[in-house]
Amino acid sequence: MASSSHIQNSEALETETKRESQLAAERAKKHLKSRRAREWRFKLWGRAAVLFALASLIWLLFSLAGTGFTAFQQNFMTLDVELTESVISPDGTRDPQELRGANYRRVLQETMYDLFPEVTERRERRDLFALTSASGATHQIRLMVYNDPSLIGQTVTLTVPTSDNVDQLLKGYIDRDLPESLRKVSNEQIVWIDSLKKRGIIKKKFNTILFTHPDSRDPELAGIAGAVVGSIMIVVIAFLLALPIGVGSALYLDEFAPKNKWTDLIEININNLAAVPSIVFGLLGLAIFINFMGLSRSIPLVGGMVLALRAFPTIVVATRAALRSVGPGIVNGALSLGASHTQSVFQQKLPLAAPGILTGSIIAMAQVLGETAPLLMIGMVAFVTEVPNSVTDPSTALPVQIFLWSDSAERAWSERTAAAIIILLVILILMNGLAIWLRNRLEKRR
Amino acid sequence: MDIQNPKFVCRDVRVHYGDFEALHGINIDIADRGVTAFIGPSGCGKSTFLRTFNRMNDTIEGARVSGSVTMDGQDIYDKGLDPVLLRARVGMVFQKPNPFPKSIYDNVAYGPKIHGMTSGKAEMDALVERSLRRAGLWEEVKDRLKIAGTGLSGGQQQRLVIARAIAVNPEVILMDEPASALDPIATAKLEALIQELKERYCIIIVTHSMAQAARVSDKTAFFYMGDLIEYDATEKIFTNPGDTRTQDYITGRTG
Ligand SMILES: Nc1ncnc2c1ncn2[C@@H]1O[C@H](COP(=O)(O)OP(=O)(O)O)[C@@H](O)[C@H]1O
Ligand SMILES: [Mg+2]
Repeated sequence: MASSSHIQNSEALETETKRESQLAAERAKKHLKSRRAREWRFKLWGRAAVLFALASLIWLLFSLAGTGFTAFQQNFMTLDVELTESVISPDGTRDPQELRGANYRRVLQETMYDLFPEVTERRERRDLFALTSASGATHQIRLMVYNDPSLIGQTVTLTVPTSDNVDQLLKGYIDRDLPESLRKVSNEQIVWIDSLKKRGIIKKKFNTILFTHPDSRDPELAGIAGAVVGSIMIVVIAFLLALPIGVGSALYLDEFAPKNKWTDLIEININNLAAVPSIVFGLLGLAIFINFMGLSRSIPLVGGMVLALRAFPTIVVATRAALRSVGPGIVNGALSLGASHTQSVFQQKLPLAAPGILTGSIIAMAQVLGETAPLLMIGMVAFVTEVPNSVTDPSTALPVQIFLWSDSAERAWSERTAAAIIILLVILILMNGLAIWLRNRLEKRR
Repeated sequence: MDIQNPKFVCRDVRVHYGDFEALHGINIDIADRGVTAFIGPSGCGKSTFLRTFNRMNDTIEGARVSGSVTMDGQDIYDKGLDPVLLRARVGMVFQKPNPFPKSIYDNVAYGPKIHGMTSGKAEMDALVERSLRRAGLWEEVKDRLKIAGTGLSGGQQQRLVIARAIAVNPEVILMDEPASALDPIATAKLEALIQELKERYCIIIVTHSMAQAARVSDKTAFFYMGDLIEYDATEKIFTNPGDTRTQDYITGRTG
C-alpha cells in the first residue's frame, strides 16, 4: 500500500515537472522571437550607420578625385625659340647685367607670331601671345641665356605651359558653345588653339610644375613645392621637439614622479591640453615666440615650435598608455636580478613600449601635418613664391596652401586645390599606414 | 623549530599595504641548504612574505615592512644596504614565466651585464652556458641561443628564468608558485631541477599544491590569514600536523 502511493506520488511529480518544463520551453520560445527581432534591429541599425559613414567617405573621395584629378596633367607648348642677338644683346657685349634685364618677352612674342604669320593686327597679336604662360616662359628663357650666353643667336626648343585658359578649354572645362562674350577664350583663339593642337605644338603632359614649383599668381605656374618643404620642416621640428619632451614627461610622470596633488594637477592639465582647440596654440605661439622672443612671422621654425606644443599632449598620452601596457612581469624580472629602477625602465620597459610610442608619435605628426588654424595665427598664410631654404625663411604649409588656393574661384585654381587635398590625404594615409606597419613589425619581434 | 646556522632569521615581520596588515608578525628561521615550502590558502600572505626576502615589497606602492630580517646575520633592511645588491644574492622566479623579449643568450646575460660580472665575450659565453646547464636547459637550446626567449615553451621559459637568476651567482632562489602555469610533464622536470639546485642554493618555494610541497621540500611552513601557524619538517606537517587548521588545510577541508 505504502509503496503504491509512493509510486503514484512520483508519477504525479513527474507529470508536473514535465508540464512545468514544457511551459518554460514555450515561454522561452516566445521570448526568443522578440529577442531575435531585437538583435536583427540592432544589426540593421549598425549596418546602416557603417553604410552611411562609408558612403560619405566615398562621396568625398570621388568629388575630390573628380575635380582634382585633371590637375595632375597640364597642356604644354613646345616652341622653337630663336634667341635673336639684336633683341637680347643689341650692342653685342653680352654683359651679364644686360642679359639679366634683356627683353625676353619680345623673343617669345616673335616666336608666337611666327607660328601664325597671317596674324598682323596688334590686338590680335596680343590675344595670340596670351595663349602662352608668358611670365613662366620668359623666366625660363632668361635662365637659359644667363647661364649659357653662347646660346645667343641659336634656336632652342622650349616646353612652356599654356595659359590656364587654354588648358581649361582643352580639358573641356570652358564651353565652346557659349556665346563669345561669356567665354574667356575668343573664337579666334579657339581656332589658333585647335591649330596648335593639330600641329602637335600643344600637348598634354604630366604636370610636374604642380610638384616642383612654389606658389604663383598664375595657376599654370603654381605648385606645392614651397608648401611641402615648409610642411616637412614644420613636422621635423615638431617631431624633434615634441618626441623627447613628450616621452621624457611621460616617463617621469609614470615612473619617477612622487604621487601627490602637484603631479595629479600636472597630469590633469596635460590631458586637458590634448583637448584645447588648436587655434589657442597659435595665439600662444604668437605671444611667446613672435611677440616675446622676437622671432619672425611666417617661418617654419615658429610653426614647428607651435605645433610641437600641439603634438606634446598626444605623445604624452600615447607614451603613458604604451608604458602601462607593458606588464609588470618584465620589470619585476629585471628588478629581481638586481637592476635598478632606472635600468629596468630604460632597458626593459621603454623598448617594449617603443612601438606604441612610435605609433602615437606618427599619429601626432599626421595631426601636425594637417593643422591649419595655428599657422594662420603666426602668419604662415603669406603669399610666398619661393621654396624655403632654411627654417627661418618665410613659408607656407600644405594645408595653408590649400586654404589659400581655395579662395580663388577660377576653375584652374579649384582643380589645383582639389589636387593638393588629394596629395595631403595621400601623405596622411601613408603616415598612418607607416604607423600600423611599424607597430605590427615591432610587435612581431616581441 | 630549531635550525642550525639559518640563512634567514625573521623576527616579528609585519607587512602593511596602506592601512591593511597582510602579515601579523612572523618569526621564522630558514635553513641555509634545502627547500623550504610556504603553503596556505590563497590570500594568506605567502607571496607577500616571500617578497620580504629580496625586498621586492619595496617596489610595491604603499607596501611597508617592519620587524627584522637578517641574512647570514646581516640586517637586509639596513639603511646602508642597497636592495639592488641584495637582489643579486637573492634571485626570484615568478608564477608567470617572464623571460625578457630578447634572445635566450641575452636573457641569461642581462644580470651579469648590469652587475659588471664578466669581462670579455668568452667569459660571458662560459657563464651563459654554465647557467643554462645548471638550469637543465642547455641541451635543449644550445643550437638556438639567438632565438627569442619568449618563443620557448612554458616549462622551458621557467627554466630560462631560473638560468637567468643563477647567472648572477645568487645564494638564495625564491620561487612563487613556479609550476602553476605548467603542464604535468614540465612540472615534473621543474621539480627534478629543484632537487638538484637545493644542493647549491637555499630555496624557498611558495606552492598551492600540497603534493608538490610534499615532493620537493624539506621543511614546510603553513600560513593562515597573515599568521605563521605551523613550521616543521615536511614529513611531520603532512603526517602529523600539530594544529587543527593545518590539518584542515592539508586534508582539503579549507582551501
Ligand atoms: N599590492 C598589494 N596591494 C594591496 N594589497 C595586497 C597587495 N598584494 C597583496 N595584497 C593583499 O595582501 C594579502 C596577502 O596577499 P598575497 O601575499 O598575495 O597572498 P598569497 O600569495 O598567499 O595568495 C591579500 O589579502 C592581498 O589582497
Ligand atoms: Mg601568491
